Order: sequence, then C-alpha cells, then structure tokens
Amino acid sequence: LLRGRFPLVCLPRPPPVAAGSGPVGPGGGRTYAPPAERKRFYQNVSISQGEGGYEINLDHRKLKTPQAKLFTVPTEALAIAVATEWDSQKDTIKFYTMHLTTLCNTALDNPTQRNKMQLIRAAVKFLDTDTICYRVEEPAALAELQKNEWDPIVAWAEKRYNVTIGSSTSILGPNISASTKETFISHLASYNMWALQGIEYVITQLKSLILSMGLIDRHITVEKAVLLSRLEEEYQIQRWGNVEWAHDYDLCELRARAAAGTLFVHLCSESSSVKHKLLQD
Amino acid sequence: MAVLGSPLRTLRALLRELRQASGGAGRPYRDTPAYRHILAAFRNHRVTSEKLCRAQQELHFQAATYLCLLRSVREHAALHQEYHGKGERSPEEVAGLVGFRLPQQPGGKG
Repeated sequence: LLRGRFPLVCLPRPPPVAAGSGPVGPGGGRTYAPPAERKRFYQNVSISQGEGGYEINLDHRKLKTPQAKLFTVPTEALAIAVATEWDSQKDTIKFYTMHLTTLCNTALDNPTQRNKMQLIRAAVKFLDTDTICYRVEEPAALAELQKNEWDPIVAWAEKRYNVTIGSSTSILGPNISASTKETFISHLASYNMWALQGIEYVITQLKSLILSMGLIDRHITVEKAVLLSRLEEEYQIQRWGNVEWAHDYDLCELRARAAAGTLFVHLCSESSSVKHKLLQD
Repeated sequence: MAVLGSPLRTLRALLRELRQASGGAGRPYRDTPAYRHILAAFRNHRVTSEKLCRAQQELHFQAATYLCLLRSVREHAALHQEYHGKGERSPEEVAGLVGFRLPQQPGGKG
C-alpha cells in the first residue's frame, strides 16, 4: 500500500519505470518519496464542526492526516486559516508551503511520540545553546551588533520571567542555572499540548528559546525575531552582498515558518471571548 | 510591546494578501471564510474607549503575524518558482549545452 503524504484517496500507482533506474528499497522493491506537489483535485474548501472539533472538507471529502486520522482542529479561526491554505493552492498543491496544515498534522499524529514533559524539556534544552546568548569575540563589528541587538531581548526575558540568563563568548555557551530552567519548564507547562508543539517548532526554527518567548509574549514581531535570529547572516550580507536565490529564499522560508508557528500557538491557546465593556466608563 | 504600526494598514495589507491568495474555484475573495472572519474580528474590537486595549493589541498582533505568513509564503513560492522550479534538464538539453547531439539509434538504446 503506497502511503502518500495526504492519503485521502489512494495515490495511483506511478507508471512502471525502466529496469535499472529509480531508487531501490530493501528486498528489491521500489520506494518512492511522496510527491512534493500534487494536482489540485478539489473545487471547494469548507469547514464544518464535528464531534472532535472543526473539520476541513475538500469538496465532499473530509481531510485526513498522514496517519489517516480525521483532521480536526480545536478552534474555528485555526480551521479557517487551514482551509485558506488549501484554497489558495492553484493548479498544483504545494505541500511545502502549507505550514499550518503541517503543524496540525504533527499535533494530531504526534509522529515523534513525545509526551508533554518530553516536549517541554526539548524546548528548554535549547536555552543551553540559545542563539542570542552565544556571542562572538570577533569581528568586533559583529560582536558590537550582537551586544546592541541581543542584550535588550535577554534583559527583557530576565525581567519578564525573573531569571538570570546572561550571555557568553565561551565555546560551551552560557551557563544556565537549574532554577532558570525550572522557571521556563513550569511556564511552558501552562500551555496545552497543541500550543506546545507550536512553541517547540518555533524554537527549532529560530534556534532560540528567548526569541520564541519574545514572539509568543508579543514582545517582538515575526520580522524582528527572524532578523535577530539571522543577525550574523544579515551582518555578512551587509558586508558581502545579498544573493537572492539563497538569502532571500531562506529569509522568506524562515519568516513563513516562524509566523505559522506563532499564529498556531496563539490560535490554539486563545479564548475567543470579547469582553464587552460596560457603557458607563 | 511589539512595534506594529497602524491597525488599518495591517488590515488593508492582509486583505490584499487574501485577494492574491485566492486561487480557488473562481469564488470572489470577499466570499471566503477568512475574509469574513478577519473583518468581523476587526469590527468587534473597534469599539473601545481604552487606548491600550489588550484584546485589540492581541488581535492586531495576530493579524500582523498572519499577514507575515501569507506574504512570506507567497514570496517564498515565487522565489522557488524562479530559481528552483525548473527541474532537471533532459539528456538532450544537457548534450546541447556543450554543442553535442545525442545519437539516433534505430530500435532504441541497446
């Protein structure tokens, strides 16, 4: 049984390849990577509310995860955003652009099979090698730039979470105390499992726990967080020039992923109640 | 707090991105759930006497984040198409690059 990435419908068997070409799997059978793109096979995308949450409908078919579970999301806003991803595909479905869908699939399938504590520990572990705590000594201009751009964010995190973090030029990285880690562990424990998947995703993309918390706490925008994460690249670009097909490509991809992760976290942890203020104020 | 600029500007840019993104079955982009949801959310949060309404800021941040997502995905896809979307050259094209031509073998390759 061929398992495609989105096995709603069994993918048709690819046409037989001439003998001797194509990757050969164990036992002599041919293994195929799931296609990165697929033709758009649906006209209408809509959402509906089911027992487990909001579902996505592609024409009359219900969207499923790669592990063939029913695709359900906890909030309407998230469902609408996912539906928009599917609806904006034109002739071909470009799976690599559908970050929110991917995040939902990860939350539903949990392919790495981690529980909440394992996710939290994986996230907090990044603090030991947090990008904005890991400083260079030379070139002096870059060291200065890191100090000016990153110190304020570290200071913000220290104040906001009442911890000491500091920074280091040592190859071992900053020395993070156990109590600091405990603070972050218990803070992250207040998020639900879905939001945690999103948080861990953003941390992995930005290579920084502190920048990610800055995003989650709405202290900095996505553009700023990505800029700070890529500070050294930006410095080199200023010095040596920009290469569009590499630099801009990576920049856009990182922005898209960080934005998707942040939005995912907020949409999974919001309580969408508009507090109506009393008229006599 | 994050420096976000004017909510109106964010909203306009966001709606523009939605218009660009709607590649669907010819349905006008104003009809989509996303468009309606965003407009409704902005309208709901408009009426407030507080200058620093927290819910307003949260919404604005969310809108700005979504705008960043849509914009970056579009730009990334465009860059991918332009620089990485062409795929591999066929053997004929490769031969042609250096001025050769593949031989015509009657009965196909051996």
